[in-house]
Parts: sequence; structure tokens; C-alpha cells
Amino acid sequence: MADKRINDLFITGDQTYATIDQSVGRLVLDPKAHTTNWLKWLIVGVMGSGLMMFSIAWLLFQGTGIWGNNIPAAWGFDIVNFVWWIGIGHAGTLISAILLLLRQQWRNSINRFSEAMTIFAVMCAGIYPLLHTGRPWNDFWLFPYPNILGMWPQFRSPLLWDVFAVSTYFSVSLVFWFVGLIPDFANLRDRSTNKYGKLIFALLSLGWRGSNQHWHRYEQMYYLLAGLSAPLVLSVHSIVSFDFAISIVPGWNVTVFPPYFVAGAVFAGFAMVIIWAIPLRKYYKLEHLITNRHLDWMAKITLATGLIVCYGYFLEVFFQWYSGNPYEFKLLTETRFSGMYAKFYWALIVCNGIIPQIFWWNKARTSNFWLIFVSISVSIGMWLERFVIIPMSLTSNYLPSSDKPYYPSFWDFGMFLGTIGFFIMLMILFIRFLPMINIFEVKDLLYKFKGKKEYVEGQLPVEMK
Amino acid sequence: MAHDYSDPSGLYALVGEFETPERLMVAAEEARKAGYKVMDAYSPFPIHGLSDAIGFRDTKVPWTVFIFGLIGVTLGYSMQFYTSVIDYPMNVGGKPMNSIPAFIPVAYECTILFAAFSAAIGMFAYNRLPMPYHPIFNAKNFERASQDRFFLAVEASDPSYDREAIEKVMKSNGALEVSECDF
Repeated sequence: MADKRINDLFITGDQTYATIDQSVGRLVLDPKAHTTNWLKWLIVGVMGSGLMMFSIAWLLFQGTGIWGNNIPAAWGFDIVNFVWWIGIGHAGTLISAILLLLRQQWRNSINRFSEAMTIFAVMCAGIYPLLHTGRPWNDFWLFPYPNILGMWPQFRSPLLWDVFAVSTYFSVSLVFWFVGLIPDFANLRDRSTNKYGKLIFALLSLGWRGSNQHWHRYEQMYYLLAGLSAPLVLSVHSIVSFDFAISIVPGWNVTVFPPYFVAGAVFAGFAMVIIWAIPLRKYYKLEHLITNRHLDWMAKITLATGLIVCYGYFLEVFFQWYSGNPYEFKLLTETRFSGMYAKFYWALIVCNGIIPQIFWWNKARTSNFWLIFVSISVSIGMWLERFVIIPMSLTSNYLPSSDKPYYPSFWDFGMFLGTIGFFIMLMILFIRFLPMINIFEVKDLLYKFKGKKEYVEGQLPVEMK
Repeated sequence: MAHDYSDPSGLYALVGEFETPERLMVAAEEARKAGYKVMDAYSPFPIHGLSDAIGFRDTKVPWTVFIFGLIGVTLGYSMQFYTSVIDYPMNVGGKPMNSIPAFIPVAYECTILFAAFSAAIGMFAYNRLPMPYHPIFNAKNFERASQDRFFLAVEASDPSYDREAIEKVMKSNGALEVSECDF
């Protein structure tokens, strides 16, 4: 049976263009498609967002002193969470841009909600550094604008590169997502029976009429955007890693950081896509469109990037020894391998190094339980990785005065859980109000697929355990 | 596409409805061979080869992106050069005023930003979008053009517009329905 599941197709069932419209468009046009489960998760999300808002309000009132950040650990949970969220976002761009350029047609069924995930994750990420500045109302100082002080930002600093990288990444991802939605808005405009729905989708579709001239320029633009986003996504996380790698802090000053961070981002991102894909396909009966093969391949990408990340851990250890720098070596032996934080380091190795190896087994890649289990473990592991890199390196340094532990406060956890709730809320609203699968690209996939021999009319997806 | 939109009456085009992209493609090819020039096809998803079948070719978008990418990199770098070398020179760790490697990331991000926005805005502009009204929406069954049907429209402004002849081309290539559509 296992083999049969793996050989599941990208699109199964007795599909026509109309059934795709129905199974995806229904989720937007028919409020009855969403049950109380949707409402429950919305409430969870709203409560989480409330916690986030409350934490931010208290922070603005009191100042960053309510966080555990202090000297030497001036970067704490805020930067850990920032890097974690940015990393999660990267899978969306990878799926939408890099897999498009590589002509991986199977991406068509999962790119829309992954892109949405990207945008929401970057929104969550952006909150942290903006608040971390301490006086967020002055955050416009980050941008170069002519001012009365006659001063300009410091362009030699990786922190400023980050401002440009993350803001470009967010705006380009948003454009990519929006132009991808235009033909689907036109589809919903034509299918909607509700007067207001029709009006809203008509406005959003900008009068798209699917003309050949439109499509011609649209395809040119789509591939160009993909070609621009692909190096962009690699540059964003490389620049995030420069925040650390360009400094001289032991544990940060490693040349392997850019590729290792990018692989880690894809690793965490794909895990998050799996976490969302499994319940979505199950509750909304999308098993025909997001098939077992999609999950199988995403699990394989997770496994592959996980191995790259493990190689990064190995190289870190190697360089800390081989560099001959006593501070680097002290960090390795006294902070990572032993000491009060050692449990986080070993938990990281278990979560990111050992548990994902379960994906070598076919059965694990086709079982909802193991897919979710490994993906959650990866998400935790990637969070721990940033914790190991940031506060643990800062508290073991050149000066004895740096040997002070870092303790997060209640508000650190409040912000962290709050942004998770905010993310859930945005995703749940997205599922309700926008088509979560790219309708026109799945039709394209179906058209190309029907021409192939392996397509069997009426083949049903194999049941999963 | 040179229509007189000030005149709200009159014939816009003859529209044929097809069931599959293949039929549409063959019909478009036949129509082009028969000498019709002012025509367009409508489909729910992009069909490769349809532009060739119709005889439409356009490279404005890629050129726009290229030019805006160049503008982006120039602006990005010159902004850093002006601020760090001319207007506010400051010695940071003994690095040269014009620290080329350190200026690459921001110049690069500016390139991507300009190019990506010009791609999207360019696509909309050349396609004349947003356009809330278009006569093709009056065509029969046209709401299915975004769902599961494929349309070919030969516009009345075509110099060799001939209803009978076009209808014959469309019908002989499997058009389900051929109808006229007004402004």
C-alpha cells in the first residue's frame, strides 16, 4: 500500500475545470463551507492577537525594560522570534518562485496559501525589530530621508541592510501574491451570486478578462517576478545572517552562516506549510488537489534541507575547534555542550538533527501523524537554533562581565505567543475570504496533466491513516 | 484596439465559444491564416502557443523591467555614495568612504524593488488595467471565460470583417456557439 500512496498524482479524482472552481471557490463564496471549527480557530487567533496587542501596549507604556533583554544579552527573544518568523516565511517564496522557475508544476496547488503564510509571517517578524528599537515612533529614522540633523543611516551596517532586505521582501511578496490573485478574483466575480460579493471581486479583479494579450504579459511578468524573488529570498536570509556573521561575537562570526541560515529557513518554512496543509486538505476536502504526493515531496524537501542544516551544526562545531580561538572553544564546551543552557543545545540537535530522519521512511511521509509530529519538532528546533545562536553566544563572550545568564520575562512569552495567535488569525481569515488554492494555475496543471498518459480518469486519492 | 468608446452603440465583435484550448488554438490559427488581424482570445488560464496562433507578440514588459532594474541599481548605489561619501563622510572602522562591498546589499535590494514593482505596474499599464468596463463582457456566456470555456473574438474593426466567413471558420473548428456582441 505504501508504494501506491507515494505514486499518488498531483491532482486526482474525476476533475474538470468546473470541479476545481467548485471545490476551491466554494470555500470563499459559500459561508456554509466553514464549520464551527473555523470559528474556534478564529477565536484562538483573535485571543492570541489580543495578547500581542496587550503586550505591545504595555511595552509602549513601560519601555523595553519589561523584556528580559539586558547587557550582555541585548538581543533576546525579540530577535530570536524575528529570525524564526522570517525563516518560516521563506518557504512561500521558495514554492512560488524557485519551484516555478524549475518548472515544478506540483507547486501550483500549494503556492497560494504558502505565499499567504509568507506575508503573514513577515508581518509577525517585522513587529519585533520595530519594537526592539525602544522608541518605535522614531522608526522612520531607519530609512534614508533628508532631515534637519543632516544625518544619514550607516550603510556599512548589516542592520541597515536588513531594513532594506526585509521591507523589499515584504513588498515584493505582497505584489507577487496580489497579481497571482487577480485572475482568481475574476473567476470569483463571475461565479459569485451575491451582489456585494460580485462588486468586491469585480473591484479587486481590476477588470481582468483573461484575454490572450493579458495572459501574454501576465506570464512574462509572473516569470520575471519569480526570477527576481528567487535571488531576493536567498539574499534576505543571507542578510539576516550577516547581522550575526559580520560581528566578532564568538558563535556568530562564522562564514557558513548565510547558506546555513537559508537552508534553515526553507527547513522551517516547509515544516510550517505541512502543518497547515494537512488540516486544510482534510477539513476542506481538498485531498484531490493537495495530494499525498505533495506531502511526500514536501517531506523530502524538509529532510534534505534538514541535512544541510545538520551539516551547518557540524561545521560550527568544527570551526569552533579548528579556529583555535579560545573564546570560540569556550563557547562550544562550556555553553553549548555543558552548562546551564546545554539542554537547549541538545534539544536542538534532537529536534532538527535526529527527529527529521524519520522522513527516510515512506510510511512516515504518508502518515498525517508523523508529518505533523516531525514538522512541529522542526518548528521548535528552528526556534531553539536561534536561541542557541543569539542569547547563548551573547552570554559567553570575551569579557568575564558577559557571563550573566539571560532570562526571558512574561512579556517575552506574551509577545511570542501573541504573534503566533496573530498569524493564526490572519491565516484563518485568509482561508475564509480568499481562494486558498490558485484556481487558474490548478486548471493549467489539470490541462497539462490530462495530456499525459499517467492520468487515469476518475482515479480517487488513496485514503490516509 | 482603436475603438471609439464615445459611441456606445454598434457592433464590437463576433465571438465564438469553444470547449477546449486545443479547439480554440486551431480556430485562432485558421482565423489568422484567413487574414483576420484584430482579434483576441479569452481563456481561464494562460495557454502556451496561443499568442503565436493569434499572431500577438509583445516584449514591452521585459524591457520595462530591465530598464527599471538599471534605474534601481543606479539610484540605490548613488544614494549610498552621496550620503556616505559626499554629504556625511564618516570613518567607520577605517573602511574607505566608498565601501563598495558594504554597499552592494542595499543597491541589490533597490534593484529588485524597482524591477519587481515595474513588472507588476507595467503589466497592468500595458494591459490597460484597471478597466471596469469592456464590451467583451457583453458577449453571450462570457462569465464562463474565467471558468471553463475558451472564447475567440474577431473584432468588427478588422478591415476584412465578414460575419459569415468568420462564423464558418469558427464553426468548422468546433465552436459551440457563435454570437455577435455589441458595445
